[in-house]
Amino acid sequence: MSEFRVLGRHHRKIDAMDRMTGVERYTDDLTLPRMLHCKILRAPIAHGRILGIDTSAALAIPGVEAVITGADLPTPYGIIPWTPDEHALCFDKVRYVGDAVAAVAAVDEETANAAVAAIEVRYEKLPVLDDPHAALADHATLIHERRKPDGSLVTNNISKRVELSFGDLDAAFADAELVVEADYRFHGTTHTPIEPHCALAHADARGILTIWSATQVPHYLHRELAKVLGLPRNRIRVIQPALGGAFGGKSEPFDLEFCAALLSLRTGRPVKCLYTREEVFLAHRGRHPFDMHYRTAFDRDGTIRGVDARTVLDGGAYSSFGLVTTYYSGQLLCSPYRFGAYRFDSRRAYTNKPACGPKRGHGSVQPRFAIEVQLDKAAVALGIDPIELRRRNALTVGERTINEFAIGSYGFLDCLAEVERASGWTERRGKLPRGRGLGVAGSTYISGTNYCIYPTDLPQSGVQICLDRSGRVRVFSGTSDIGQGSSTMLAAVAAEELGVALEDVRVLAADTDLTPVDLGAYSSRITLMAGHACQRAAKDLAFKVRSAVATAWDCDRSDVVLAEGQAMRLSAPETAMPIAEAFVLAEVEFGTLGATGSYQTPREGVHGDYRGATIGASPAYSFTAHVAEVEVDEETGEVQVLQIWAAHDCGRALSPTLVKAQIEGSVYMGAAEAVMEHHHTMPSGLRADGKRRDPGPGVAGLLANSSLLDYRIPTALDTPDITAIIVEHPDPNGPYGAKEAGEGPLHPAIPAIANAIFDAVGVRIDALPITPEKVLAALRARTEAR
Amino acid sequence: MPDNDPNVLRHRLGAAAGQQARSEARDVRVVAFTLNGESVQVAAPAHWTLLEALRYRLGLIGTKQGCDKGDCGACTVRVDGEAVLSCLTLAVMAAGRRVETVEGLGVGRPHPLQRAFDDCGAAQCGFCTPGMLMSAAAMLDQARAAGRTLSRMEIAAGLGGNLCRCTGYVRILDAVEQAQRELGGGGER
Ligand code: FES
Ligand code: FES
Repeated sequence: MSEFRVLGRHHRKIDAMDRMTGVERYTDDLTLPRMLHCKILRAPIAHGRILGIDTSAALAIPGVEAVITGADLPTPYGIIPWTPDEHALCFDKVRYVGDAVAAVAAVDEETANAAVAAIEVRYEKLPVLDDPHAALADHATLIHERRKPDGSLVTNNISKRVELSFGDLDAAFADAELVVEADYRFHGTTHTPIEPHCALAHADARGILTIWSATQVPHYLHRELAKVLGLPRNRIRVIQPALGGAFGGKSEPFDLEFCAALLSLRTGRPVKCLYTREEVFLAHRGRHPFDMHYRTAFDRDGTIRGVDARTVLDGGAYSSFGLVTTYYSGQLLCSPYRFGAYRFDSRRAYTNKPACGPKRGHGSVQPRFAIEVQLDKAAVALGIDPIELRRRNALTVGERTINEFAIGSYGFLDCLAEVERASGWTERRGKLPRGRGLGVAGSTYISGTNYCIYPTDLPQSGVQICLDRSGRVRVFSGTSDIGQGSSTMLAAVAAEELGVALEDVRVLAADTDLTPVDLGAYSSRITLMAGHACQRAAKDLAFKVRSAVATAWDCDRSDVVLAEGQAMRLSAPETAMPIAEAFVLAEVEFGTLGATGSYQTPREGVHGDYRGATIGASPAYSFTAHVAEVEVDEETGEVQVLQIWAAHDCGRALSPTLVKAQIEGSVYMGAAEAVMEHHHTMPSGLRADGKRRDPGPGVAGLLANSSLLDYRIPTALDTPDITAIIVEHPDPNGPYGAKEAGEGPLHPAIPAIANAIFDAVGVRIDALPITPEKVLAALRARTEAR
Repeated sequence: MPDNDPNVLRHRLGAAAGQQARSEARDVRVVAFTLNGESVQVAAPAHWTLLEALRYRLGLIGTKQGCDKGDCGACTVRVDGEAVLSCLTLAVMAAGRRVETVEGLGVGRPHPLQRAFDDCGAAQCGFCTPGMLMSAAAMLDQARAAGRTLSRMEIAAGLGGNLCRCTGYVRILDAVEQAQRELGGGGER
């Protein structure tokens, strides 16, 4: 029997019924009296200097209440404090088609659109750099004019470069049995939550500015709003209403929040800004295109002797999380396999395209594709079963990866065993009908980052719990439930510790005025961090309740348990009282019942002390293995992903239904990135050699597929069958042993599919996405080579 | 830089389109239809969609807007029993029709579909869910009327116009199958 009464069991989400009866309010469902509508004018060219903006015709339209431009919001910002290179509205230059130039507030959307259409902007057109290699070439036009500390100009378009080296790489390659060397390309994809970004701002008569926003980082938004608007933080309140999906696409401030806020301050009226679907695609911050050159050295038995990775990241117009992405592109590769030696060199280029950022599996999905295909190629060359090759390179608990991340739990071998068994790998592989194949891949991910994105010793997460005389429990937390179910997780932890039913816990989340700070829904941090904070607060209160009951029963506190809506005596189970009565006894004894809990990451022994050692370090790492089964039509080149078996080590599944749902959603998203999705722009023709090829028709840098029809995300019919398997290797740093489940399970899908295609028809597609054209070309090339 | 420099772009989207939008905004029509079993009248600009009328005039915010151009299915409602995209339906087209939204599904107590979605964990962010529920309800009603039980593949095809970005559809299909069992399907497959 489980040691838990609530955790580890099937839960209904505490907020689901309100969402599916149309009662719950998402940001665009909110309206306020006298509310104005905001629309944003966006740049029609990908690179240009703003020579002048004439807003007079817009202001003359009846019903237009205010128009703002970059001059009204001159303070730069950026989610990473070291790279503030964005303005809410462009200040001097526009850097991608869609960059925001001006914003209007008007009585209705039609009038706001008319006003936007009436604004005239004069631009000086500049060369459009859409290729990162062209952007990195000598003498390329500068996309950002940045100054070094000594005042001199930075004369390149490198947004960030990270070079790190561990162990003796040259020796590792010198006497290797096998060296696999190849170029890989990850193509770039975006999040496309079904809810578009939306913000509602209300500067009220008391001088408080309230922003309701579809954000997954209310705390960071709070800080950036204060900075850009020049207001003290205690005059700003950020509320995240119910959120309609995010996946990393809402994890930094966007132009609409600043614009709605300033327009509300200017007009004294509430202002709402709702993105169109096209604007969601333009806001992007999706997965970076990567060009990866990988060399991997192996022993005869498949042992990985060394990995040498060179990567160019196509960052788009702004830094976003790019500093972190550049680190992650190398730092998150060193697990779940042991590397004998390792070196990576990653350069992130600015380009004139929508800015890339963190999408589910931030910075590590792309290199994972490369390394897992490298391993597959080695397995074939060495004649070793690909699962066996991965086993032979396993890490162990207590070990440090080559880049010195401490591994506190390691369920990867069980993940491999689970997918091997579930997929019928041993019996079926090599015996499938023509055109069908199986492929395997593994991965790891972080359960939150060890450090906040700004330097601080403050807790990463705080939770406050109050007990009510009615028997209800109130949990206050700054966490963002973005659909993943973090509020339900908190309720389950509180219910477990306090002995109430899940339904008797009310969670109030993500309101900077009412809830303690949590850093937000990113890097898969909430279960581990807020889970700990919640557990601490709940245990504190449970202690008081049990003490009060023990006094009443004249027994030892350790003899009192809180469970299933009751306080019970362990030694005499017939002695029991309803939990509400127990709460009342405690309130009589201790006064109003409340407690806080907070969580800070461990600072000792979790990472090395070289420069950059902290980035990518996490209190606990999750592990995943996938087997994919595909069918390739050799006539058309079409690939059908039939099924994916995914086993994920989440430490402890506090809520197994939600964990499985996260695995399924991740697998779906990864599979789509492999064979369907591609976020891309019209070419400019400008290449690294400085020459210009004919780009063909279209505006250079214009998003080529900015609708849900053209950017193809899978329907229910396109989605493979998914088998989600939970593996539990509790981590000493996780609450009840729990680790993340929301991002890790995405990673192996892409390489597992690529490897399955090789198993099916013997061709490698190393440049994503895997399209019928590429498969056909590879099949033809193979036939011709024979 | 002078305007005739080839590198200078004078850009204005153009007021004409905007002017037209504003004059349309003044052309307000009154539309009468049945909404979740009750007669309603709504005054809205002639070019407004049913989605806008529901959300911004009638206060029924359960119907969601994901794209406003017919690509996502989040805005699905039922008109005379059929699942339709309310973002592609003008409000005036609802005149005299029977419109049902998620607020009308399972009044008093949750509809079997809502219960099944809840049981199975089929809603993550829940933003696609109202549209999904309305498509599923129309599909199950039609199948039942025809005396058929839908296969999982048929259900997936029937929900092909409803995009979900969170779930990978696994639990949505589970839930619709569960609701179909509870509602009692027709006979053969
Ligand atoms: S909002 Fe109607 S289909 Fe997307
Ligand atoms: S549950 Fe989020 S889009 Fe379907």
